[in-house]
Amino acid sequence: MSAPKMHIKVTAWRQSGPDAPGAFKDYDVNDVSPDMSFLEMLDTLNERLIENNEEPIAFDHDCREGICGSCGMMINGVPHGPERGTATCQLHMRKFNDNAHITVEPFRAAAFTINKDLSVDRSALDRIVEAGGYITAPTGSAPDANLIPVPKAVSDTAMDAAQCIGCGACVAACPNSAAQLFTSAKLAHLNLLPQGQAERWDRTIDMVETMEMYFGSCTNFRECEAACPKEISVDFIAMLNKDYVKSQLKQRRLAGQVFP
Amino acid sequence: MALNSHIPEGPMADKWTNHKFESALVNPANKRKFKVIVVGTGLAGASAAATLAELGYQVTAISFHDTPRRAHSIAAQGGINAAKNYPNDGDSVHRLFYDTVKGGDFRAREANVHRLAEVSVNIIDQCVAQGVPFAREYGGQLDNRSFGGAQVSRTFYARGQTGQQLLLGAYQALARQVSLGNVELLTRTEMLELVTKDDRAVGVVCRDLITGAVFSLSGHAVVLATGGYGNVYYLSTNAKLSNVTAAWRAHKQGAYFANPCYTQIHPTCIPASDDFQSKLTLMSESLRNDGRIWVPKDSGDSRSPRDIPEADRDYYLERRYPAFGNLVPRDIASRAAKREVDEGRGVGPLKNGVYLDFGAAISRLGKPVIEERYGNLFEIYERIADDNPYDTPMRIYPAVHYTMGGLWVDYNLMSNLEGLYVLGEANFSDHGANRLGASALMQGLADGYFVLPYTIGAYLAPLLGTAPLATDEPVFKAAETKVAENSRRLLSIKGDRTVDDIHRELGKVMWENCGMGRTEASLSKALADIPAIREEFWTNVRVLGDNESLNQSLEKAGRVADFLEFGELLCNDAQQRKESCGGHFREEYQTDEGEALRDDENFAYVAAWEFNGVDTAPTLHKEDLEFKEVHLATRSYK
Ligand SMILES: Cc1cc2nc3c(=O)[nH]c(=O)nc-3n(C[C@H](O)[C@H](O)[C@H](O)COP(=O)(O)OP(=O)(O)OC[C@H]3O[C@@H](n4cnc5c(N)ncnc54)[C@H](O)[C@@H]3O)c2cc1C
Ligand code: SF4
Ligand code: FES
Repeated sequence: MSAPKMHIKVTAWRQSGPDAPGAFKDYDVNDVSPDMSFLEMLDTLNERLIENNEEPIAFDHDCREGICGSCGMMINGVPHGPERGTATCQLHMRKFNDNAHITVEPFRAAAFTINKDLSVDRSALDRIVEAGGYITAPTGSAPDANLIPVPKAVSDTAMDAAQCIGCGACVAACPNSAAQLFTSAKLAHLNLLPQGQAERWDRTIDMVETMEMYFGSCTNFRECEAACPKEISVDFIAMLNKDYVKSQLKQRRLAGQVFP
Repeated sequence: MALNSHIPEGPMADKWTNHKFESALVNPANKRKFKVIVVGTGLAGASAAATLAELGYQVTAISFHDTPRRAHSIAAQGGINAAKNYPNDGDSVHRLFYDTVKGGDFRAREANVHRLAEVSVNIIDQCVAQGVPFAREYGGQLDNRSFGGAQVSRTFYARGQTGQQLLLGAYQALARQVSLGNVELLTRTEMLELVTKDDRAVGVVCRDLITGAVFSLSGHAVVLATGGYGNVYYLSTNAKLSNVTAAWRAHKQGAYFANPCYTQIHPTCIPASDDFQSKLTLMSESLRNDGRIWVPKDSGDSRSPRDIPEADRDYYLERRYPAFGNLVPRDIASRAAKREVDEGRGVGPLKNGVYLDFGAAISRLGKPVIEERYGNLFEIYERIADDNPYDTPMRIYPAVHYTMGGLWVDYNLMSNLEGLYVLGEANFSDHGANRLGASALMQGLADGYFVLPYTIGAYLAPLLGTAPLATDEPVFKAAETKVAENSRRLLSIKGDRTVDDIHRELGKVMWENCGMGRTEASLSKALADIPAIREEFWTNVRVLGDNESLNQSLEKAGRVADFLEFGELLCNDAQQRKESCGGHFREEYQTDEGEALRDDENFAYVAAWEFNGVDTAPTLHKEDLEFKEVHLATRSYK
């Protein structure tokens, strides 16, 4: 009834703590069902490790539906693995061949320290949002929701950008460890909407400058878009650049706003 | 301790307005003298923390996630209800109130539900102002869809990612307060004890998940917004890290746990495929707007679904419930599916599902419309089931999804322990025995944005001039020792079984004996099995590694240990409730047609349990429910 089991060889990065040295270790996982998700394959491996008195491999996960952004690792050198537009947790073993050799290692970037094994600290992404990735709207101050019509096309494009799950794969994919795709997605979401106009230029400056404090600069490799599980478009990076230039206009504060 | 729900006097429609007016206020300059600890930064916690900080309170927000942008809330797909009546189809605050009380099978507190319906409209305004990109019509106005249990379209949505967009809205408001220095944010930090003194919540003890350090936080009030307990069943649609620990440990400090047996089984999930299954995936209920549910009439029918002609299909929901059809409430849809599968008409390789078919909708509306509405859900399905729902009907089956029970709270959302507030899925308050679709997001945000910020002031006002208890007080030190000791004990068992293995065993006992159907005998069996599994856990679990670094097995072990105690309370509650209502279906109590048979005479109460010790029977306290506005009636969706 169920499909025949696969055998997988896993080479995994093991590192006991942020400052400890790390190394690759090889494991064999038999009994892999093609219907398993990648993380279920790791669960199975971890159960075996515990049985053999070896500490299980630490990795972050939660929703296992590709929406929370917790999971993420390099799978054979590619963030989230080979399937386009797919987070690690949504990848299924049927996408691999029997006897495949899979190397897993953590997302690597200067701003992402390793907590343990495959778990990394991505909180630098929060610092970018804290710098201005919001619309100031204290609770209770809002007018009726239908007062400001938002053209469907605008709302749809804002939603395309807002889908970012904050996983950090774009950073891990980038040869420069840049966070342009992540930052541009948040900026586009808010800068496109009518509600986001009042803070548009300050938001852009503050977020871009904070991003540059932690992450490398973008030289248009476009690896980020290919790695992004939500297929966020690099067009948003072009928009970020345009808004950043506009936000630099000297008379901006005098004029109150720069209109697009 | 007597239960006082503190429901304000006066006509239903005026209670909340009057209560807000009559509650003591803290003046703006004094707010910063109060420290509030918010545990949990899902929808309920993040909205509360951000709003309290905007008001001027000093807030410490805690989450075991690595960032508040993650929480179980993010996975909500379908939408959020609000009585906006934008489609002009007859909705109103009163109708949302009525639908919610009725949908909850008359086991919710009317006054709370009315308030929820009132503030629902503010939530949508608030979220739009924050930039939540809800779906729009071509004219730029907000779009609505309908959901189970309602005959109006009142559900706002952002593609299939409503929870994500709402959580990002709340997270961004919280991030703004963090950057302003009004919120101290502690991520990868797990609350492991509630600290009380003289039946008042005075703080919490936490463990830093990266370093293992145990430390105390003290405040004038503690807010728990720590989510639901569905993972007691091991397999559920909840995110893997969702757990009962915060609520359970508060319960062990004296907070009453209400209605734990009210668990919701969601009718549209992808059926399990094997033992390795780590969680179940929900297919949003919104799919029932356009999908038609059916099984082959003949249980032996092995044709592929597309080859089964209309005449040989049984659209059993449309047949049995002509008025609501595929949109009957969740509990009814779930039991109907169970009945088909139990009677052998299940579909799929394990015969453990029913079809959800979009063939008719695609012919009527065209593929692009269906793609626009459900594209990402179809994609999720295809990834998991390896089948394309545009061509082949989906296979679905019910799974544990949401928990209506939770810590008992009064009208102000305060538990019986003073200064302890409970919000969102972690409390029991608004959904009675069954929650309607798209109402959890509404409740979480209502609690966090619009209820707690008003009600907490009345508690804090008289405390002006008092400092939070010092964290070197004996109550804190004792709680810290307890936490450290618990970790040490788990690490020292060094048995033979993994935490997951034991959790799976518990989940199986819970699902088989206290799942979609419950009987006196099945509950007695569960109540005999659970203590044995608990014993097995404490003598034979294997937790490797140490306490002084990231140790996910240790975290999991602590949570499963709590589920092993909590599961017993859930079954006790199910056993005492000798009636069927909403998500609690006692097979002994059903109508001739197999519908839930309530016993309003004897069971129109909230069951609030007091903890007396792990192996000691808990004490049941009853809060009687009165139905003054919505008259008790048998739910009918025919
Ligand atoms: C798949 C799915 C789809 C859903 N779809 C919908 C829908 O369409 N519409 C709808 O209305 N509802 C839906 N729901 C229900 C809804 O999503 C949840 O009920 C709601 O989001 C719960 O929010 P919350 O803020 O109460 O808790 P959660 O989002 O679970 O947040 C809990 C928070 O508490 C923290 N926490 C918990 N314990 C501790 C601890 N001990 N220490 C520190 N931090 C802790 C966590 O880190 C997290 O931040 C859905 C649920 C599921 C499973
Ligand atoms: S842009 Fe894509 S890859 Fe980058 S954080 Fe967002 S979802 Fe992840
Ligand atoms: S676990 Fe949530 S995105 Fe993968």
